[in-house]
Amino acid sequence: MLKALRERFSQTTGKHITSGQLANSFDRRAMLIGAVQGGLGLILAGRMTWIAVFENSKYTMLSESNRVNLSLIPPRRGLILDRFGHTLASNRTEYRVDLIPERMIDADATVTQLGNLLSFSPVELQDLRDKIEKTRGSQPVEVKSGLSTDQFAAVSVRLPDMPGVIPQHGFKRDYPTGPAVAHLIGYVGPASAKDYEMDKNPLLVTPGYKIGKDGLEKHFETTLRGEPGARRTEVTASGRVVRDLSMREDIPGKPIVLTIDGGLQDFAARRIGLESAAVTVIDCVTGGILALVSMPAFDPNAFAGGIGRLQWKMLNEDDHIPLLNKALRGLYPPGSTMKPMASLALQIADVSPEERINCPGGYQSGNRYFRCDAVHGLMNMRQAIERSCNTYFWTMAHRVGYDAIAPVARQLGLGQQFDLPGAAQRYGTVPDAAWKMRHYKQAWTVADSLNASIGQGYVSVSPLQLAVMTSRIASGRNLLPSLMHGQAAASAAALPFTADQLRVAHDGMFNVVNGSGTATASKLQLGDIRMAGKTGTAQVRALVARGGGGDWKSRDHSLFVCYAPTEAPRYAMSVVVEHGTFGARAAAPIAKDVMTYLFDPGKAWDSLLAMEKNWGGTPSQRMDARYKAYVAQYGTTAPKVGDDEAVKTAISTAENVSAQVENPSAVVTTVRPEEPVQGATPARSSASAPSPSPAPAPAIAPQ
Amino acid sequence: MKIRDLIPGPIARQPWRIIVPLTALVFFGAAVLYSAAGGSFRPWALSHLLRYFVFLGMALVLSTVRRDQVKLIAYPLYGVVLFLLLLVEAMGKISGGSQRWLNLGFMTLQPSELMKPIIVLVFARFYDDLPPSMTASWKMLFPALGLLALPAGLVILQPDLGTGMAICFGALMVIFLAGLPTGWFVTGAAAAALAAPLAFFFALHDYQRQRVFVFLDPAKDPLGTGYHILQSSIAIGSGGMFGKGFLNGSQSHLAYLPESHTDFAFATMAEEWGLLGGFFVLLVFGLILRWGMNTARRAPDRFSQLLAAGMTSTIFFYAAINLSMVMGLAPVVGIPLPFVSHGGSSMMTTMICIGMIMGVERWSKRGGRALS
Repeated sequence: MLKALRERFSQTTGKHITSGQLANSFDRRAMLIGAVQGGLGLILAGRMTWIAVFENSKYTMLSESNRVNLSLIPPRRGLILDRFGHTLASNRTEYRVDLIPERMIDADATVTQLGNLLSFSPVELQDLRDKIEKTRGSQPVEVKSGLSTDQFAAVSVRLPDMPGVIPQHGFKRDYPTGPAVAHLIGYVGPASAKDYEMDKNPLLVTPGYKIGKDGLEKHFETTLRGEPGARRTEVTASGRVVRDLSMREDIPGKPIVLTIDGGLQDFAARRIGLESAAVTVIDCVTGGILALVSMPAFDPNAFAGGIGRLQWKMLNEDDHIPLLNKALRGLYPPGSTMKPMASLALQIADVSPEERINCPGGYQSGNRYFRCDAVHGLMNMRQAIERSCNTYFWTMAHRVGYDAIAPVARQLGLGQQFDLPGAAQRYGTVPDAAWKMRHYKQAWTVADSLNASIGQGYVSVSPLQLAVMTSRIASGRNLLPSLMHGQAAASAAALPFTADQLRVAHDGMFNVVNGSGTATASKLQLGDIRMAGKTGTAQVRALVARGGGGDWKSRDHSLFVCYAPTEAPRYAMSVVVEHGTFGARAAAPIAKDVMTYLFDPGKAWDSLLAMEKNWGGTPSQRMDARYKAYVAQYGTTAPKVGDDEAVKTAISTAENVSAQVENPSAVVTTVRPEEPVQGATPARSSASAPSPSPAPAPAIAPQ
Repeated sequence: MKIRDLIPGPIARQPWRIIVPLTALVFFGAAVLYSAAGGSFRPWALSHLLRYFVFLGMALVLSTVRRDQVKLIAYPLYGVVLFLLLLVEAMGKISGGSQRWLNLGFMTLQPSELMKPIIVLVFARFYDDLPPSMTASWKMLFPALGLLALPAGLVILQPDLGTGMAICFGALMVIFLAGLPTGWFVTGAAAAALAAPLAFFFALHDYQRQRVFVFLDPAKDPLGTGYHILQSSIAIGSGGMFGKGFLNGSQSHLAYLPESHTDFAFATMAEEWGLLGGFFVLLVFGLILRWGMNTARRAPDRFSQLLAAGMTSTIFFYAAINLSMVMGLAPVVGIPLPFVSHGGSSMMTTMICIGMIMGVERWSKRGGRALS
């Protein structure tokens, strides 16, 4: 067969090839192949020499940066201490797990596995996914803090399957009294993308590092921050640490010491109970702020890892506005708490404190009749404070003009802003003719004077200002409130009131509590330590129902200012209970208990613990219960939380718009009576011209 | 030659000139695998050595087979392996995956691996049979290409581009050495150059295309496919002149280097032994290839020549592609480094090649004696 083929093809090819030729060709081509093989060998040798010798330093560096992981150790944050050295904010060691979303390979699988290991509920899982979605670049996300050792071990051994997951042993900011210090101290949280853009410090994207987001934590960020430590470790490609190479300890941040009395702060916060209220206590000697409480509040411990959807929904839906720092940023008409101040202003304007004015149950001004809440009969200045007689102050304000009262109000701190670190204060309004013209292009009227003289109408003040006013009346000195311990002004200058003038106000306030005044029910039960005070009931809107009736939002604000002991004032306080009805009913009892704490903490705690049983526990316990109810009700259906900035903004702009009087046509004669005192005949209050206060609106736009 | 006289004949007759460097390289490979396992003979180093000695024995036995018998079984062997290839293809279709091996119980067998030496064998036989006058006939290209296209096509469809290329390379080397006109190869190369872009865009799988892109610019995807090339370069580059020392390679020990015991074993070696170790490996391969080509040139007949040269080329192909890949000169293709990388199939293939070359060496000695 082959023979046939051979013959056939030898004819067609035309060229005859012999086996000798093929052998020659093989030799040549084998040489060629050998040469090519040798050549490639040389190329490989050259290439390897190039990489290993000439690029050696570059690759050695890359190899080292593979092998060695330099991680920053977040510095321990400076402590925040109260005046006695007790911690208001400390650091607690804990096991935690963070996640760097950028490094995840299979995000879904990783999150699911983490959720299983840490037994996350669907709500927690959703919150984690939200947080991952929001991060940018190499920003870490806190998965969970406060792990048990078992959970920590479970996550640690599965690290090779979960790139991007970082379990570590670190420090967590801890606020032992939780919500009590939320508005005072603020909270910490992971740095946002915006924070990192402003400050390219690698510390900000170190897992576990938190920066101050609000309040004092934010204000003293640089003091509290400290210097990060560093750790060089040898790590595998999957991120498992093989061994530590070297370590530099962190330098903890410096502590800050506040004038706050931590126990008092906590007590006051808890004593507020279910109310929405602010309590401010000032040291009458130094001006140091002993307590600055706004409740309800958020739990700063829960904010540290980022806020979940349900928490956010809960905070926003609460009509008690937990995000608002009411002590600094809530504005309220002061109502009758203005009267001691007004008595000083009248004396400066040469009104004799002994002059008697008859209260027939109201005051006629032009064609309008302003009703007092009782027929008080003949009243001198002291009695007018004691019984909170509006007729007296209307008569006198009409006589001296409100322009004589406004400067004294400002002198005592109303409408003023104080140099305090932390949240921005709102300073409210102490109106006068020029102010009204500027804002409403209208002339000041007698009715404006009458309203302003009893702390209604255009007047709005913050609880802090009320406390400062009280401390200045009590001490007769120009006390400046301060928060930083040890930096109180040497001695505040005396105010331009004589001792006699001050005594009139003091006597009036003494009798409010200890005489036959409006707050006798809140007398201190501490032997010869007595308290002087003044109630206030501020209108919120049209008088639909007096005092306690109607829905919560339209009830009157309840206010009380006081100081003790009366002989040598040591503590001044203001209590504002939003929609608490009469001043004597809601605010004064709180003030009494808080004041009691200052002199006999044991006694105060006994009565509080009994009350808390009826309230459903401490504020933290109540918040937990409420959160659980939300979980049960809404599950994972709540809308997403805004980004970090939105949360911050919500807190720093929260306002109680209900307290502002925006309508210029405030020709109002509605008057808030103090709670009827036995023996006084209540006059019928005129409801003819309802106050045009705008309806309260939620301060925070839901996200 | 007193010493030689003292050694018994059967031992002295063994091809020590190749066994000694080869064994040295395998032991060196075992040391690398020992290190890659974190300083342990298990799971790789021990089985590497055991396999080598088993397959060395097999190669020595293979080298004693007579030339006529080898020629005789060329086509039947080809048929059997082709059938096995079809079998795995069919089984893969049934099981729904791309299975490339047969489980024989005691080991897994990749028929495509066996095809690498067999294709050389069958082409050597084919061109030995072909009358010299017909080598330049273009019509005779068709049976040759048919012999190649069947197995290569099946392997590439698996898809196993690396093995498919190895099979084609072995066959083409034999065809080239068989003395076909140079012009054909020039034309073929030109056609390939034209077809390559088309094949690249229409025939390759996405992951294969991606590998080529990443090869051209490893930095483009440092955490994905480019990771392999980059980490391999880092391992070789950081080894420097003398390496980081035995058991001290951080790239392999900390798992930055992927496949540190198989495809990237050379990088594992270079990190710990440096340029010196690299030169040693290159030198041994140089010795093996030179021995193979010399054996081919000295072979007594056309079949032996083509067989030895083709087998040498197959070994060359393994080493060249693997080393180029590891040093970043070629895209990532899953081809291990013979005698160093851990892996039974490739060890078997290369040892079959070695055994066949030894056989050719033996035939030429016998033939030489016969002539003289």
